[in-house]
Amino acid sequence: MSNATLVSTTVNGDPVQFACPTDESLMTALRNRVGLTGVKEGCGTGDCGACTVTVDGSLVCSCLVLGVEAEGREVTTVEGLSQDGELHVLQQKFIDHAALQCGICTPGFLVAAKTLLDRNPNPNETEIRYALAGNLCRCTGYDKIVRAVQDAAKDMRKASKKRR
Amino acid sequence: MRYATPASAKEAAGMLSKEKGAAFLLAGGTDLLVKLKMGMVEPDLVVDIKRIPKIDQIQTSAKGFTIGAAVSGSVIGQHKGLKAAWPGVVEAANLIGSDQIQGRATLAGNLCNASPAADSVPAMIAAGAKAVIVGPQKKRTVPVEKVVQGPGKTCLAKGEVIEAITLPKPEAKTGDAYLRFIPRTEMDIAVVGVAISLKLERGVVKKAKVALGAVAPTAVVVPAAARALVGSKLDDAALEKLAAACSAACNPIDDKRGTVEYRTRVAGVLAKRAAKIAFQRAGGAL
Amino acid sequence: MGHEQKYVDKKYEVVGTRFNRPDGIDKVTGKARYGADASAPGQLVGRVLRSPHAHASIVKINTSKAEKLPGVKAIITSADLPDVTGGDQGLADILENCMARGRALYDGHAVAAVAAVDEQTAAQALKLIDVKYKKLPHVTDVDEAMCESAPVIHDRIITRGVEPKPTKPSNVAARTQMGHGDIEAGFAEADVVIEKSYKTEQTHQGYIEPHACLASVNPDGTAELWVTTQGHFVFRNVCASLLGLDIAKLKVTSSEIGGGFGGKTHVWVEPVALALSRKANRPVKLVMGRDEVFRATGPTSSTSIDVKMGAKKDGTITAAVAEMRYQGGAFPGNWAMLGCMTAFACYDIKNNQSIGWDVVVNRPKVAAYRAPSAPMAAFAVESTIDELAKEIGIAPIDMRLKNVAREGTLAPYGPTYGPIGIEHTLKAVKDHPHMRAKLKKNQGRGVACGFWFNIGGQTCTDLNISVDGTVNLTLGTVDVGGSRSSMAMIAAEELGIPYEQVRANIADTTSLGHNDMTEGSRGTFSSGMATIFAARDAISVLKQRAAKMWGITEEDVIWENGQALATGDSHSNLPPLSLKEIAAKSGRTGGPIAGHNEVVADGAGMGFASHICDVEVDPETGRSTIVRYTVVQDAGKAINPDYVEGQFQGGATQGIGWALNEEYIYGDDGCLQNAGFLDYRIPVCSDLPFIDTQILEVPNPLHPYGVRGVGETSIVPPLAAVGNAIANATGVRMTHAPMSPPRVLAGIDTLEHAS
Repeated sequence: MSNATLVSTTVNGDPVQFACPTDESLMTALRNRVGLTGVKEGCGTGDCGACTVTVDGSLVCSCLVLGVEAEGREVTTVEGLSQDGELHVLQQKFIDHAALQCGICTPGFLVAAKTLLDRNPNPNETEIRYALAGNLCRCTGYDKIVRAVQDAAKDMRKASKKRR
Repeated sequence: MRYATPASAKEAAGMLSKEKGAAFLLAGGTDLLVKLKMGMVEPDLVVDIKRIPKIDQIQTSAKGFTIGAAVSGSVIGQHKGLKAAWPGVVEAANLIGSDQIQGRATLAGNLCNASPAADSVPAMIAAGAKAVIVGPQKKRTVPVEKVVQGPGKTCLAKGEVIEAITLPKPEAKTGDAYLRFIPRTEMDIAVVGVAISLKLERGVVKKAKVALGAVAPTAVVVPAAARALVGSKLDDAALEKLAAACSAACNPIDDKRGTVEYRTRVAGVLAKRAAKIAFQRAGGAL
Repeated sequence: MGHEQKYVDKKYEVVGTRFNRPDGIDKVTGKARYGADASAPGQLVGRVLRSPHAHASIVKINTSKAEKLPGVKAIITSADLPDVTGGDQGLADILENCMARGRALYDGHAVAAVAAVDEQTAAQALKLIDVKYKKLPHVTDVDEAMCESAPVIHDRIITRGVEPKPTKPSNVAARTQMGHGDIEAGFAEADVVIEKSYKTEQTHQGYIEPHACLASVNPDGTAELWVTTQGHFVFRNVCASLLGLDIAKLKVTSSEIGGGFGGKTHVWVEPVALALSRKANRPVKLVMGRDEVFRATGPTSSTSIDVKMGAKKDGTITAAVAEMRYQGGAFPGNWAMLGCMTAFACYDIKNNQSIGWDVVVNRPKVAAYRAPSAPMAAFAVESTIDELAKEIGIAPIDMRLKNVAREGTLAPYGPTYGPIGIEHTLKAVKDHPHMRAKLKKNQGRGVACGFWFNIGGQTCTDLNISVDGTVNLTLGTVDVGGSRSSMAMIAAEELGIPYEQVRANIADTTSLGHNDMTEGSRGTFSSGMATIFAARDAISVLKQRAAKMWGITEEDVIWENGQALATGDSHSNLPPLSLKEIAAKSGRTGGPIAGHNEVVADGAGMGFASHICDVEVDPETGRSTIVRYTVVQDAGKAINPDYVEGQFQGGATQGIGWALNEEYIYGDDGCLQNAGFLDYRIPVCSDLPFIDTQILEVPNPLHPYGVRGVGETSIVPPLAAVGNAIANATGVRMTHAPMSPPRVLAGIDTLEHAS
């Protein structure tokens, strides 16, 4: 490994250090050095969204981020969605609605959908479809994915009302 | 490959100018990392400007807006003032790729990548945007239409860095719009892009600027198209003249994304549609 | 043990309801391990060097510089993959496709491969391999490849199926002909005859997971392969044959599979990874890049098809002829034959004839893509039927119903149909509210039908009952879209226990007998059958054990609702024994309780569907938007309706992508210009409406539950459904798919010029 740089970052709330070549993508670093293989490589060029994560809350394709750029940032992957041993509502709804077939695109969809619902708790169908347009799915025709997101949004709105 | 995170635009410029090997500037990285992956570039140095203070911010002043070179599309899309002032520019910026790309892609990067099909460039041109360029020695400001000189080619000298994009405060009764044609609804590169900004006076177009993308080696300003609009209330005759002028200004190529014939024709179609949007945004009644 | 395969009508407890899949949690949490997610101690990174030319002699490969690069552990060329196929031309073709042998046959053809300690070193090593090519003339278009003047790609190809046998080689591998009746008499009877030529471009399966594997070969000839595949047993056999390994000594484990659609039924890089590992004596992980996937794996054929159909004024189709030319890439396939078999299969046409030409070109070797070859044939035939209907002045739906195939119809490809569901789907379409919904300006509606055979094949399944009564169902057919849940449901149904009590797993090749691929819509049909039989096998063991526990004869025990009951007056005092109770005592009644089945599942039921599509066309740009879409398909029996709907929706969407924008674009240099998801435009979420589905159940008489395959048929109608909708929206008959905006706009222009 030539030109390796030590990167200190936060992944899914935990402090993480890894050494990676400067030209290695965050996607590869997360997969091969941090062991988070829920980050999937579908294209490596930002066209499929399978490697979607958030960096400092911003939705990105981790294949279009250098590993070294993660220094001091906060990265969230699909592995960080479930908390305290419980699935995130979106994760449960994806299972309940059969919103996955092969499942390779699912991690990216979940991170993108969560980012959408954090920003817009009550999106309409069109907003959901455009927000997820950067995530390719070849199995489902997106039908059950959109339904799962709609249903999750409904439950999340109910839950947040209850909290208030 | 060395990776550097300068603390100022000037420092970045210094690094780039001193580098003997292949040096690249990294802002959003949505073009650079693709080229890296495909083996199209082999950088010796990558200068990441995102750690420069305030470079990821939009500043508003009496004169207008200063958009830092690392401001991402999603930040632009959430800026209410900018959206109200230059909705066409904001739309164009937000059309670049998916939400994931929006999390990173920048106006300055879209400009520097110098693709003929860049979405934000025609919109910036129509809006009168300027690039603030910092070099190792001096700073200069260049209108956006002067920055790109050919596919992948800009006016930036070795060591020069775009620090920000400025947009003027729009005059009263101004509206702008950007439309592009793509085969899908998202994720495609523009086959044709049309940006129009215009100013009304008593319901009549007083001033206009029309810029086209993806129909020539660089974005093109089409004065004849602007002239077609000026003095009109956007009647059918004016729109037809606009469309003809836009089509006439096209000098596209045949490629996997579109044919010469198709691009030329659709440029006119989109120009008419964009003009109507801009006209209504300026307060005009159709 | 013989089992009854015939359909029996009964009430189900589990089957037909909706259950969550057993692999769901792993897949939503990122824990599921796909092809690229495994690693082994000391593993190397494998990379493949590919030809930049469409057709070229490989004059020399110099690897010496690359070999000297520190960290490079093995470099292979075709010399490291000697031909041990023993005259089997099919296998030899696969070998040559995996690694060029003296000649690169298409842009992206593998010419060498390297294994190195890391990604960077491997990439650098590829650059240091010096290949001297001599460019040869190339041909990528199917019609051009058939011309006299075309460069001949393989000297060994002499057209099969032509009398007298040609003396010269050509690019035409085979001619097929089928059908029945008297064509000339049929056309003589017709009041209206329509003749049209169609073209469809090449498309890719577009699975999101690139091919990936982890190979490890030991010096003693034992080996392991972790791979994303639709059939690990077949991969094992093929890889062992190509590398000269003993089949049982190669253990293949199928990873979770990130989509296949037929593209993962063929080996591409797996033999290369094994050869690299053999040479380096270390595990080698080889993951394809997306560009490699497009350039060098499994697209489907591009085609050129002529159709001529005649009908009487009352709508009766009197004769139909199709001549279809399919390219199979650089190696011969039987793709045109499949086109011939499916073209007119939805209809009862007294006089019909299909002629197919299988052609080779300088493109990647074609692989199966969901109902391979059928969508193109359906595009041509279903479009022509709409034109006929228009000419006669009859509604397209009625035209189809008038000629629909039924039980007893002689299929164009030979057999006489048993009970089939095409008429049911058409009637359901006719009655569907979608057909009555109002269309807006620039909108049009199209209907089209589709057929796919479905296959059976070899299957082997184990069912093991644990001492606590939970059940392991061990399957050998790869789960590509949720079949583990369906199989677990079937086992639960048979055993009479809750779904949650069954855990379905896919076994590696050392743990079960041979299973054919998950292809041909056979997974649920054949593994479902084997699961039923394995469960019945286990039930007979359970009954024996209950008899033993009770001390009565086995004949006096029946199995009902998950428990053994003693029958006969003398045993009426014996309380039932549940599966759990019997399992708990199994250690003392004869040991573990298991069921087992191996079967060649015959009698796969044909799959038929009819689709409705509403499209809106922008008359100024030629851009089409799908505004509403409905799939009606006969599933025989939907085991888990969620995943049946999923197959319908996914297949329809792939067809829509093909209909609108997906295509391989080759330059004049014969190189692929759009080897990425940016310019190979598969539908994105915002391109589509919800895809409505209606599942019909016309039981397959040769499956205990009536199951038919459902995976493939749904990709067959969309090209024509979209084309028919565009025709109704614009008046333009599109004959070239995809019906991309420039093509539609050009069509609208012709119409305007004509008027």
